[in-house]
Amino acid sequence: MNDLIVKTIVRWVIPFIQLFGVYVVFYGHVSFGGGFSGGALIGASLILYAITFGLKASKKMVPHKRSQWMESLGILWYIALGLVGIYTSAYFLGNKAAGFYMGEAGQLLSAGIIPLLTIGIGVKVASTMITLFQKLVEENEDV
Amino acid sequence: MKKLFVVTVLTLLFLILVYSVLEMPDFASLNSPAYNDLAHYYVANATEEAHATNVIAAIITDYRAFDTLGETTVLFASILAVTSVLMGKKHE
Amino acid sequence: MIQVFNFVLVIFLIICALAVQHTDDLVGSIIIFAAYSLIMAILWLLLAAPDIAMTEAAIGAGVTTILFLVVISRTRRMEK
Repeated sequence: MNDLIVKTIVRWVIPFIQLFGVYVVFYGHVSFGGGFSGGALIGASLILYAITFGLKASKKMVPHKRSQWMESLGILWYIALGLVGIYTSAYFLGNKAAGFYMGEAGQLLSAGIIPLLTIGIGVKVASTMITLFQKLVEENEDV
Repeated sequence: MKKLFVVTVLTLLFLILVYSVLEMPDFASLNSPAYNDLAHYYVANATEEAHATNVIAAIITDYRAFDTLGETTVLFASILAVTSVLMGKKHE
Repeated sequence: MIQVFNFVLVIFLIICALAVQHTDDLVGSIIIFAAYSLIMAILWLLLAAPDIAMTEAAIGAGVTTILFLVVISRTRRMEK
């Protein structure tokens, strides 16, 4: 798409969408939201960037190698956090029993495993969205 | 004859479905079967046990964390399928 | 009042779902599907589930529409 108005507006809007997405991911255990919602918002902002500035710019921003790493690290991070529970002789994906820092309910640094898992899910969902889009567009670049 | 049979069966099915919809509990009713002891337990204890004020987050990533691992695996499998199908075209 | 609003939205949802099926032009049908997702998001909000509403608005109305459009640009536009 080659339109000055669209490009300018998208350039202004994308940081706010991504900021809101990151807020939703990080505050998933305090207010509404969570990994899937925040990851979907970040992924939607990346797709918006891709359809405005073209596939080449999008590939420069999120190369296939980076999204591959994010994809794998998201799920491996989840499993590793689950194994911490087994290591501390609790159960798989244990929270309080595994000895994570619980803090005070309502604070950002609280709830033990929940925000950590949420970050993993958010990274995973965002990279899935942008990879799906890039893979589908790859062969006909006139979108 | 066949048409009559089909119409009769479908009408019966329609009546059964309408009857079951009328028998459903009201919107946000306290007597609904979904509002059982488990819901009470989560609402009462999630903030204490998981230290999260968002009860839904506590359920998804603490009580049912293993299910969420399954969901993440589904995402991974979907991206794997798309990538393998669209990559295969290029190498031919 | 909120009951009436709910009722109107559900009726519109059913109309949208039928229209998606009956439209021959697949691009038009995708746009109606986006409207369906948007109404669904408002309904989730009325059911006091803001997180699901947010996900539905981002995935249903945004990403799914774009992915469907990309897929249709690779095949043909009309149904028959």
